[in-house]
Amino acid sequence: MSMRTPLGRVRGLGSARNGTHHWWLQRVTAVALVPLTVWFVASIVGLVGADYETVTLWVAQPLVAVLLILFLLTGFYHLKLGLQVVVEDYVHHEGAKVATQMLITFGCFLVGALSIFAVLKIAFTS
Amino acid sequence: MAQFRLPANSRIRKGKEYKAEGARNVKRFTVYRWNPDDGENPRMDTYEVDLDNCGPMVLDALIKIKNEIDPTLTFRRSCREGVCGSCAMNIDGTNTLACTKSIDDIKGDVKITPLPHMEVVKDLVPDMTRFYAQYASIKPWMQTETPTPSHGERLQSREDRAKLDGLYECILCACCSTSCPSYWWNGDRYLGPAILLQAYRWLVDSRDENTGERLDNLEDPFRLYRCHTIMNCTNACPKHLNPAKAIAEIKKMMVERQG
Repeated sequence: MSMRTPLGRVRGLGSARNGTHHWWLQRVTAVALVPLTVWFVASIVGLVGADYETVTLWVAQPLVAVLLILFLLTGFYHLKLGLQVVVEDYVHHEGAKVATQMLITFGCFLVGALSIFAVLKIAFTS
Repeated sequence: MAQFRLPANSRIRKGKEYKAEGARNVKRFTVYRWNPDDGENPRMDTYEVDLDNCGPMVLDALIKIKNEIDPTLTFRRSCREGVCGSCAMNIDGTNTLACTKSIDDIKGDVKITPLPHMEVVKDLVPDMTRFYAQYASIKPWMQTETPTPSHGERLQSREDRAKLDGLYECILCACCSTSCPSYWWNGDRYLGPAILLQAYRWLVDSRDENTGERLDNLEDPFRLYRCHTIMNCTNACPKHLNPAKAIAEIKKMMVERQG
């Protein structure tokens, strides 16, 4: 049992003096994802039933490749920011929190890098 | 990790039933009971109240129960008109003030429990210690460096005074904070809607000279940014204030001073 005063406990380690940047980036990526997602879903629906050649030719167009990369970058970054908040909300054990946050960061960057590489490979080789 | 089930000694059991003999207009009140001294689990006691012989508000019924049926029932109350905030509790699934909640508005049995996710002192009395410490932590008083003007008062334009409307009315009953899931899970670090509304009340006060420092103290992933705009706070407020909007205004101020 702690003998610390309630005010001492509430003040704790003090204000971290950040959080605004994270909050704002989450909004900015969300706004960017609105047109990007609409474009992505509409394009994929348009490609339903298309053969491998058609799809890779579509991906290889400069504008499409760039938009796809932007969609993936924004999407995975937004995912990382969002999952980070979920972990902060629910994981209260300090060690488990640090471990899950790292796992999320590594996971998002890994899958993001792989998918962007895939787009680049199609764009430059097909 | 978050706990999703109550610990064994907190699980609620069925309690006693108190019948209203000979009454025609009966309403059943199911009330959370817990006594720290008897070592028992919490229980829900049911009291039948004769509405023909009772005031219109839930608080009237609670006082009638305490006076006439069971004097051991413990709850806070003072002003009985929605000004003091003492009788905040969860009635029929919503945090509100027992004194301004009409019995007629509730269909079926009236279920009453203490404010959610607060430690219970006894029956319907929650421990407000941390809540009040959080209030103290935002320094809820005017901070100035300019000496008091020689003519007496620190003046404020009508427009600036109007900015405090919808904020100064808060009675700190904690209905909003204890309805907020973010406050449930992280109440030790998140200030919660009531305290943030109060913080904003000092942030927009044109007479206060410490706005920047106040913002510095709030700029924290937990103190402020645990708010995920769930909006339960605004839904619960018995004074019809809008804590969610006040929090949004603080977030806007944070972005505004960045660039």
